[in-house]
Amino acid sequence: MPAPRTLFDKIWESHVIAPQSEGTYLIYIDLHLIHEVTTPQAFEGLKLAGRKVRRPDATLAVADHNVPTSDRSRGIDDPESRLQVDTLERNVKEFGVPYFPIDSINQGIVHIIGPEQGLSQPGMTIVCGDSHTATHGAMGALAFGIGTSEVEHVLATQTLIQAPAKNMLINVNGNLGAGVSPKDVILAIIGKIGTAGGTGHVFEYAGSTFRDMSMEGRMTVCNMSIEAGARAGLVAPDETTFTYLKGRPYAPKGAAWEQAVAYWRTLPSDPGAKYDKEAHLDASDIAPHVSWGTSPQDVAPITGRVPDPTQVDDPLKRAAMQRSLEYMALKPNTLLVDVPVERVFIGSCTNSRIEDLRAAATIAKGRRVAPGVRALVVPGSGLVKYQAEEEGLDRIFLEAGFEWREPGCSNCMSMNNDRAVNGERIASTSNRNFEGRQGPGAKTHLMGPAMAAAAAVTGHLADVRQLG
Amino acid sequence: MEKFTELTGVAAPLPIINLDTDKIFPAVFLKTIKRTGLAQWLFQEIRFRPDGSENPDFVLNQLPYRNAKILIGADNFGCGSSREHAPWALLDFGIRCVIAPSFADIFYNNCFKNGLLPIALPKEIIEELMEDARKGANAVMTIDLESQTVTRPDGAQIHFEIDPFRKHCLLNGLDDIGLTEQKGAEIAAYEQRARAVRPWQFGMTQPSA
Ligand code: SF4
Repeated sequence: MPAPRTLFDKIWESHVIAPQSEGTYLIYIDLHLIHEVTTPQAFEGLKLAGRKVRRPDATLAVADHNVPTSDRSRGIDDPESRLQVDTLERNVKEFGVPYFPIDSINQGIVHIIGPEQGLSQPGMTIVCGDSHTATHGAMGALAFGIGTSEVEHVLATQTLIQAPAKNMLINVNGNLGAGVSPKDVILAIIGKIGTAGGTGHVFEYAGSTFRDMSMEGRMTVCNMSIEAGARAGLVAPDETTFTYLKGRPYAPKGAAWEQAVAYWRTLPSDPGAKYDKEAHLDASDIAPHVSWGTSPQDVAPITGRVPDPTQVDDPLKRAAMQRSLEYMALKPNTLLVDVPVERVFIGSCTNSRIEDLRAAATIAKGRRVAPGVRALVVPGSGLVKYQAEEEGLDRIFLEAGFEWREPGCSNCMSMNNDRAVNGERIASTSNRNFEGRQGPGAKTHLMGPAMAAAAAVTGHLADVRQLG
Repeated sequence: MEKFTELTGVAAPLPIINLDTDKIFPAVFLKTIKRTGLAQWLFQEIRFRPDGSENPDFVLNQLPYRNAKILIGADNFGCGSSREHAPWALLDFGIRCVIAPSFADIFYNNCFKNGLLPIALPKEIIEELMEDARKGANAVMTIDLESQTVTRPDGAQIHFEIDPFRKHCLLNGLDDIGLTEQKGAEIAAYEQRARAVRPWQFGMTQPSA
């Protein structure tokens, strides 16, 4: 009998074209998503070498990082942002790559639109010049971020030279408590295994907690796999996956659908499959989390306090914590709920899907954004925005004093005009709390969407469970 | 890609764990459509003060480290974003080799594509190299890729591991797209097999499919 294989092993083996050298393989890429920031230099390379895009029919482009989230009918004001988006538009035209224009309802953050359009499917290899490509792993696809040289390699050859990853099982079982979201699950995992805990590995999220989770929730979890150092994160495809995919614009139809589902059912890990590393968590132990430092592993339950560097033995770790707290302007032992915020950002490829907006709206409803707080809600795509408006979520946010904006990466990073100013302190549903990530000096506290809404209406980090 | 064979130069100590690519190259400057001239933004937030002047405390602003060719880093070097602007900016500054106990995967890959050599060595050895790097003008090391050795300022040699294919590409300055194109027939054969098993994936991003 052949040895039992993991989901990762199966996808990997079905995509190996040839061994390249001892330890590396040439593998095939099924879907290549591209955006404006990490492709100009790749297309330039193709042009210089006189190369073509091998499979425009397996490539899709969208602009998301640089686009303004205010009225876009006048185009893009910032000349550099405009140049980057124009460059993408010129390149996709020249190379015949399909593109969702910025005024299309299909436009959105690249990691939102892949699953939403039914492009990201189980068993595929998916790459994008962006580290949060792991999001698509929620579909049961091996999806990972690559650099610009690799983008060029995929455009030219539809392949990559890769070393196989190791398997790591992230096993979470049990029911999440009231007010606890998928974001809290992934923050708790990163807090437990650390930001390098997954280096060289692909995560497989297994256990009843993920089986019971919606596709949106699985995407939030997979999205932040890179924050634990993993190359990718996977959830085995199941009925939830198939129901989500069925009928989406780019999902297979008719007989092809049946054929696809039959294939997808063969993908889940075999019983007895071996993992190189494992981590186990109990869902009932997970409380709503927030981050206090400048690395995604710097997290604590909202009921906790800012940690004290003098309690840390390792000198490098102590120095990192001291530097973090200095940057974050936080005093050791402060209660987290006593930390005031000046800005709230609900959005990003981690938490800008319809469920996230619903969760935030539940808290916003009938309340007011606290004085002195600016709160932005940025849907992940035109389709999410449309659906939210159909459900009346926009009115709830606007009445509560939140801003309701056009889709894009927005304040997740600081490439467009939504960036934070004067080192504001932000309750953010994004994925990275690195220094300067959301604007010069910006102090980011990562959390889930309902928690961010709770911070907006109270004016400080808050335990969403107290708001009911 | 520029070849990498042997490198002799000053090594700068940078003992910051989880040094992320936002720190190496901040997002605000990702709007460039070029891959050259990026050194001006390298380590922006720690290298410069808010008024734009140099921060004299930052190692790469001090002599002889302004001319460093090697960085000695800490655990999980280059974590975070996939931006290749991080290695591009390091190279533009003159750094051709980073030595650390561990690297984030994407950054590690990106280095090789640009002729920048990342060397992973055990923590105890990094601690010694970090001490060497603190010796200012005497912090000169030599990296020999062919023999896979780092020569410390006192002449002692340390062996490092590297994937043979990557070594071959670096030594010869090979463009791996060109190499892959030589496998065109194998790629086409794979596509034919894949089309038989997963036909719905072909033509998938074409709106009319
Ligand atoms: S939302 Fe943030 S993390 Fe996601 S792709 Fe955009 S910038 Fe990157």
